[in-house]
Parts: sequence; C-alpha cells; structure tokens
Amino acid sequence: MKSFHKSPWLLHYDASSCNGCDIEVLACTMPRYDVERFGIINTGNPMHADIFCVTGGVNEQNAPVVKQIYDQIPEPKVVVAVGTCACTGGVFKECYNILGGVDKVIPVDIYVPGCAARPESIIDGVVKALALYQEKHDKMVKEGRGLPEGE
Amino acid sequence: MQKADIIKIVSILAFIVLAPVLGGLLEGIDRKISARMQRRVGPKITQPFYDVLKLFNKEYISVNKKQLFLLLSHIFFVVFAGGLFFGGYDMLMVFLSLSTASIFMILAASSTHTAYTGVGTVRELVQMMCCEPAELLVAVGFYLASAVGGIHYASLGLANDPSFMVKDLINVDKPAIMYMPGFFIAFVFILTIKFRKSPFDLSTSHHAHQEVVKGLTAEFSGGAYAITEIAEWYEEVMLLGVVALFFVTNNPISYIWAALAVIIVFFLEILIDNTSARVKWDLMFKASWGVILACAGTNLLVLEILPQVLRH
Ligand code: SF4
Repeated sequence: MKSFHKSPWLLHYDASSCNGCDIEVLACTMPRYDVERFGIINTGNPMHADIFCVTGGVNEQNAPVVKQIYDQIPEPKVVVAVGTCACTGGVFKECYNILGGVDKVIPVDIYVPGCAARPESIIDGVVKALALYQEKHDKMVKEGRGLPEGE
Repeated sequence: MQKADIIKIVSILAFIVLAPVLGGLLEGIDRKISARMQRRVGPKITQPFYDVLKLFNKEYISVNKKQLFLLLSHIFFVVFAGGLFFGGYDMLMVFLSLSTASIFMILAASSTHTAYTGVGTVRELVQMMCCEPAELLVAVGFYLASAVGGIHYASLGLANDPSFMVKDLINVDKPAIMYMPGFFIAFVFILTIKFRKSPFDLSTSHHAHQEVVKGLTAEFSGGAYAITEIAEWYEEVMLLGVVALFFVTNNPISYIWAALAVIIVFFLEILIDNTSARVKWDLMFKASWGVILACAGTNLLVLEILPQVLRH
C-alpha cells in the first residue's frame, strides 16, 4: 500500500549537539515550515516512531542510550543523522569523549549535512527517508514480519 | 420482525461500521482546526486513517503477550457500549460498559510494568474518578427528566414513564436540556477529560503533545496503538451521541438542533485544547468535582423536588 509514507512519526534525540541543530529540527514543526502538513509528527516515544533523527555526535556516555532507543523503535525504521556533528563528529570530533558520528553506534540511512542543518535540508532528508521507509516496509511485508507472534 | 427491531439492528450496525469513519474524520478535522488556530497549514483531514494504516503495518513489540488480548477487550467493550447506546438500550448499561472498557485499557497499559505507563495508569485512574460520577449522574438525570416531563404532560395524556432506555429518552416531548442544563454543563466539562484534551490530557495526549512520553499508551507499538486509536474514535462518536441526546425529541426537527449542539461542543473542546495549559492532577480533580457538584448536583436537587412541587 502507498499510504505509509504519508504518516512518518519522528523521534528526535540530542546525542551531544550544541543545540543548534535541535533548534532547527524544532523549527521544522513551527508555522513557517509546518511538517505536520506531510503527516509528520514529532513524537517523544520510540515505540511509536518511524524515523529516528539524531543530532550531534555520540559520546561515551550516551552511546548505549542511542543504541537502546534504536532497538525500541519497531521495524520498519529509518535513521537520519542531522547536522555535521551527527554525520562525522564535526567540530567536536577531536574531543576526548566523542566517539564520532552516529554511524559509529547504529546504522545510519540518511546524512543531512550543515552546521546547523537548515530546516529545508532537514525536511529534504526526511522526505528521502520516506522513500527508504517504503522500501524497507515492502521488504518487511515480503518476509512476512510485523505481525504479532502466533497470528 | 417488527419495524422497531429492524431500526434497532440497523442503527447498531451503522454505528459499528460508520463510527470509525466518522471518528477518524472528526480527529482529522480537529487536527486541521488546531493547526489553523496555531497559524499552520496542518495535515489533510484523512491523516488519521493514514496513521492507523501505517501503525497496523509496523512491527508489534510487547513485553507481555496479554497486552493485545486486554486491548481487544477494551475495544470490544467500547463498541459494546456504543452499540447499546445507538440500539436504544439502558443508559446505565452504556456507561458501565464504558467503565469496564477503561479498566481493560488500564490493565493493558500496566501489563508492561514500565515507569511511564505506571505514571500514565495512575493518572488515568484519577481521570476515571473525575468522569465516572458525572456519567452516572447524567444517566440518573435523564431518568428524572423523563419523569418530570411525564408529570408535566400527564394532563394532556402524553405522560412518559420515567425510563433509563435511550429509545424512550429520544421519544420525549420537550428536549432533556430544558430540565437538565446543569447536567449538560457537567457532561461537557468531563468531555474535555474524556477526549484527552488540554488542560486535562494528563494520562496520555494527542497529536504532538508528549506528556510523560504518552503515558498510558507509551508501550503500545504498531497495531496495538492503532487499536487504541480506533477505540477512541468509537468512544468519541458515542459521547457526542450523548451530547445529542440532550436535544433530541420526538420532533424530527430537533435532530438539526442536536447536530448543531454537537458541532458547537466539538469546536468548544478544540478551542479549550488550544488555549489552555495542562494542569496538575489535583487541580483537575477539584475542578471536575466542583463543577459536577455545583451544576449536576443542584440540577439533581431541583429535579427531585420539582415533581413534588408540581403535584401539590
Ligand atoms: S552541526 Fe553545528 S549546529 Fe549542529 S550540533 Fe554540530 S556544531 Fe551544533
């Protein structure tokens, strides 16, 4: 079915961003950009999320947190790394506590560069994520996953 | 089969089939109006259906296998309550089935034993404590109002026996709102809690609100959350049906007034949602009991005394 890419719910997690990218992610939901017109909701709950937006590089302390949140998101899911820090570690790359980009901990599907990433490019990244989401969903249906056990 | 039986069966079937469609559209309209109030464009009004379809196709994760069974029981009792209401059965049974449904919801949520659902379920119990008295009082109010109407019109030979049955309550000569405005205010007040609208969306919240990580529904993934949403649509349609019942009489034109009242109440709920901030549970408790006692309580007293006054 074609309807799934019409209702992507985001989960936004701030790994160790300078908060610049977070403000831009939130700006997407404000009246000027209003991502809800695409059905995108910024949910706070991994169990309801489809797209995992991570800002900032991952540090020693929150690496397990990022991993756990990723595991809690039901399939199909897409990970978007928002901002240069999330892509590579950015300006914080050499810090003693930073492991690097988000892809050091979990598999990242879409990289949105920029310091800070512009709302336009974040929306662009999310739209790319939707196509991938559909692909993953179709694959999942083919393999017959997604239903509760015993049904 | 008699004509009345056929009407009964048709309206129950119509509720079961049409309520989710209507409920989904209502939620879509709600989101659109909310967005416009916030100067956003907002999603399409069919958005809730896309959401539910998507959720059904997501992976189902749960730490407790009983969760799905409890949730299915929840939706069963919500539909049962709505079926009783639109089938013209007992108002008390309707509200008791609805409470049973809420209990199953609480059991489903607490079956996972996590922190956020824990907070959510406790708050949901408080919300039930706020809503339940008003619901039962409204049922009693309808009963008494039909009795007063009966005595009032006894001289004209149009007497109604007091009744809890919805099929009798829609067959009155004067709309119930005339005798029970206080009950109406109390009922609209608790609708804000029932619809999980701000300022009373404590246990779980809608759209992009994120109170206690969705509280009650935090552990429902995929299809389980979709079932919750659909149950909510059924419940919403049923409760708006009760709002309409305040205005319906045996005159067909009254249905237009009822529809108008439903639209106004629905819009009012959206307005309240968008103009108020979430309150703490104790304020919700005090406010709702205050309103119930002041409005529904006074009204109840008047309805109890009025027949005696009229008789003498
Ligand atoms: S990319 Fe720039 S704005 Fe974004 S978190 Fe890193 S330093 Fe901050």
